[in-house]
This record gives sequence, C-alpha cells and structure tokens, in this order.
Amino acid sequence: MLCDLSIVGAAAGLRRRDFSARELVGAHVDAVAALNPRLNAFITETPELALRQAEAADRALADGSAGPLAGIPLAIKDLFCTAGVRTTAGSRILGNFVPPYESTVSAQLLRDGAVFLGKANLDEFAMGSSNMTSAYGSVQNPWQRRGSNVALVPGGSSGGSAASVAARMAMGSTGTDTGGSIRQPASFCGIAGIKPTYGRCSRWGIVAFASSLDQAGAFGRSVADCALLLGSMAGFDPKDSTSVERPVPDYVAACRRGVRGLRIGVPAEYRMDGMNAEVELLWQKGLGWLRESGAEIVDVSLPHTKYGLATYYIVAPAEASSNLARYDGVRFGVRQDGVDLIDLYERTRAAGFGDEVKRRIMIGTYVLSAGYYDAYYLRAQKVRALILKDFTDVFARVDALLTPTAPTAAFAQGEKMDDPIAMYLNDVFTVPASMAGVPGMSVPAGLDGQGLPLGLQVVGRPFDEETVFAVSQVIEDAAGFSALPAVRAGE
Amino acid sequence: MSLDPATVRRIARLARIRLEEGEVARLQGELNGILGWIEQLSEVDVEGVAPLTGGAQIALRMRADAVTDGGQAEKILANAPDRAGEFFAVPKVVE
Repeated sequence: MLCDLSIVGAAAGLRRRDFSARELVGAHVDAVAALNPRLNAFITETPELALRQAEAADRALADGSAGPLAGIPLAIKDLFCTAGVRTTAGSRILGNFVPPYESTVSAQLLRDGAVFLGKANLDEFAMGSSNMTSAYGSVQNPWQRRGSNVALVPGGSSGGSAASVAARMAMGSTGTDTGGSIRQPASFCGIAGIKPTYGRCSRWGIVAFASSLDQAGAFGRSVADCALLLGSMAGFDPKDSTSVERPVPDYVAACRRGVRGLRIGVPAEYRMDGMNAEVELLWQKGLGWLRESGAEIVDVSLPHTKYGLATYYIVAPAEASSNLARYDGVRFGVRQDGVDLIDLYERTRAAGFGDEVKRRIMIGTYVLSAGYYDAYYLRAQKVRALILKDFTDVFARVDALLTPTAPTAAFAQGEKMDDPIAMYLNDVFTVPASMAGVPGMSVPAGLDGQGLPLGLQVVGRPFDEETVFAVSQVIEDAAGFSALPAVRAGE
Repeated sequence: MSLDPATVRRIARLARIRLEEGEVARLQGELNGILGWIEQLSEVDVEGVAPLTGGAQIALRMRADAVTDGGQAEKILANAPDRAGEFFAVPKVVE
C-alpha cells in the first residue's frame, strides 16, 4: 500500500514510474480525510494545494527536473510560516494569521519538490509535552495499550507531526525541538525524529518560542527518511543570524557508516531512581546492539544533568516572555478591544493565550524583573554553561551518547494535567542536549509490556549529525522494530 | 522566595495579561510551585562561571549596512486587526 512506503522507497518508485505523484499524494490526502476527524493531527488541511503540487511533481519527474523530494507528501508543524496558508502556532491569538512569506526550512522542502498535506497540530506556541495545550484540541496517539481504547497523548510539542507520520497520513513531517519537542513525540509514536545541532537549520519564519534553544528537525518512519528530509531542510541562511555557515553533508550516506571503532558513552546520571524497568532494559539492549556491531561502550558522567530541567524552566520562559510580547493585537492576530491601549493589550493577551502559555510568560517576566534577574536568570545561564561543559568534556572521550528518550511510554490524555512539574519531567532526558545545542535523535527500539513504543536517544557532537545517523541506523537495524499502531491508513 | 497576590498582579501587569480577581489565587499556587522547584539551582556552585547566553558557539556575522527589503506595506497590513491608510490603527493614546 502506498501509505506504508518509506520516503526513500517512494522516491525510487516515483522514478521507476511504479506509481505517479498524483496517486501517492492522493492516497495520503484520502488517509488524512479518513483519519483526521479521529486523531486531530492537522489543524489545517490543504488537499487542493497538495494535489496541485503533486501534478507539478509529476511534470518535473517526466522532464527530468525533479528534486530529491518530488511528490513526497509531508505534514508541516503549524509553527512554520507558510505563504498564503493559515499559521496558528496552536494559539487562539493567531487564529486568523495568514503569513505573506514562507519559512526558510519549508521553502527549501518546496524547492526540492515536497508536497504539503497541511499544518500539523502542536502544543500552543510549542509549550508542552502532550499536545494537550493546543487551542485546536488535543491530538490522539495512533497507538493504544493492548486491550484498551483509552486515548493516549502523542507527546509534544510536535504531537500532530509525529502522530500523522505514525498513522501513515504523511510520509514525513517537520517539527521543532526546544527541550525535546521532536524526540519525545517520536518516542511516544514509534517513529524516528532528529533535532540537529542548534544553528544547522534556519529559524527564519518559524514562530519563536525560546530563540537560543529552538531548532527545526524532521520526523520519518526510518532513520534514512529523517536523513533525507534534514538534508533538504538544513543549510546556511543569511536571514537567521544564528544559522551556521558550513556545508550540509550527505546524511543519507552517513546512515551506512556503521559504528565499528566508535566510542559510545553511557551517562551515569541518566539512570534515575524509580526509572521504568522496561526503559532500563531496552537501554541495555541498545548498548548490546552497538557493542555487537563493533562499538566500544564507555561509562561517562554528565554531572549537571539533574539541573537541566530547572535551568530550562528559567531560560525558556524568559525568552518566551520576550518573544511573545509581539502578540499585542495591533499588527496581526486576534484583537480584543479595550478602553485604552494598555487595556487592549491586556484583554487581547488574556483572551488569546491559554493557561500554560500565560504561566510561562509570567514566570519569564518574573525571572527577568528587577531584583530577581541575577538570582534566577543570570544563575540559570551560568548553570547552562556548566551543562555545556559537561558535554564538551564527554565528547573529548566518546563519539556519541546513548540514553533513553523519555522516562515512560505515552500516557493517557488528561494525566499529569494538574501538575505542571510532573509534565515537565517528560523532558528530563532530552533537555540537557537542548541546553548544550548538540544534536539528538530518537529511534524506535522496542515495545513496553502494554504494547507501546519506546525510543532510544542518540546524542552527538555539535554539527556531527552524521555520527548520530550512523549510530541510529545500527539501532534501527538491530531493533527490527516492525510493530504497527492501532490507528493507521488502510485499517 | 514566595509570591504574594500583589506580586502576581504586578507580574501580570508587566506581562500585559489581564487577570480576573478569581484567577490570582490559582496562579499564585502554580507559580510558587514552579519557582520552589527551580530554587534547586541555588545549590550549584557557579562561582567564576561565565553565563552562556546563546545556543550557538559562534561570533555573530557582520553584513553591509544596506537596505535589503521593504516596500511591502500592503502585505504587512494584510493581517492587521485595524488600519488607517498605510498605518496600524489603535485606540486613542494621547488626549
């Protein structure tokens, strides 16, 4: 069935004329129409646009001008501005916002021939780990516990991006990762997801949450699919001052390098009290696979790991409070009228933002306010420097790290909602790499006792996504993960 | 450090978020819970550590001081809630 193909496989099939882009995209448009009412993975569907793009891809395939992603149907996280297509960031305040421009990352995917099925659901302004904070409703994880139909979360914030790929509505998708928002949903939905090094992908045209942490990345059902997508998305962009001017390597080729002779670090601090035994067991299995493939396993220490989350919950809200100041009801977005300008601002923001966003803006405002800046924000920036030093020291001794992606499998919708800190703990294994700006990838590696997917995380040196892909590919090959979600196209 | 209701109202005012009186107690509890949790950073020895401000360990680039964009008033105003000619419109600010 066309919806089960990998991107790499579909690209080859299109070139062999086994099927047309119109047929491939049509099958996915139908899957979105059939499954989205149940999963709510898309906020905005763009079937007419997708079919027009498919016809253009067929013409390009016929005349030999087709790009590497010609005719490949993708979901675009609704945090990437798309010219002429509503972009909400999962917030009421941008409910009517139609960008006049295209984000650099999505423009590069279009340049390479990709087809956009629509805008994927997410936590409001990417603030969340469950997709429960979206103003456009929660997303249901296509996976279910064995013998249960309780609706589970897909993780977040890129929950719609991950769910759409897992359910075979899209072949791949874009996400953004600020503290784990690609890796954790990839783990929860049984697919692969890469957050590259900070600076690898342009942030231009992506709705900003925490600018020193935000980084675009890709989801796919295989490591190689993620490599193919990232190769298109990455690259220098003069419009983003933190975009790094270095060549983009051939990531697909890097997937086949193997791990023989590599040193893989196991950070002691990621073995936490009360950690799920199944997660621990899978981690040991993963280390075994790498050892059998010729890697050397090395015990290492990242001593400031336990401070990663608390540091994150100062730095990210501080940056968010500043970034989200632009939503004032004057230049774009939904306005609430007031008796004067201040009243207009306050009513607009009270009505436009949800509870989690308000909480984070207020925490950020407080830690940046006079008298508290040094005690909170400046101290957090210093701890962040120590977290980076942990990684720099460890990467002098090892080539990559292997850890679990998340402490648990997907949880039920509504769980952890009354306790912000319990929700924040989802990101305990992903936040440190975000604070250090290093690349990380989640690969599906097995199922828990209830039949839910669990991912392993590979973390690499800055700008060494190639080694991350190589290690991830060995895990993927050894794990032979073939389980399927309960809800998917054709079922 | 623990926030009192007056401080919660002051932060909301700084953040330009209108709070209804009934929301103050709930937010006070939530914000104090989060601040109490991040208080753990006070046990880290940061003596002599330079703060890390950005995500990229790179020097910012210089570029020519030249106009590279502009002349797009209609596109920019297309999403405005209210406009007057080529300007954004807001309620009267100066009496």
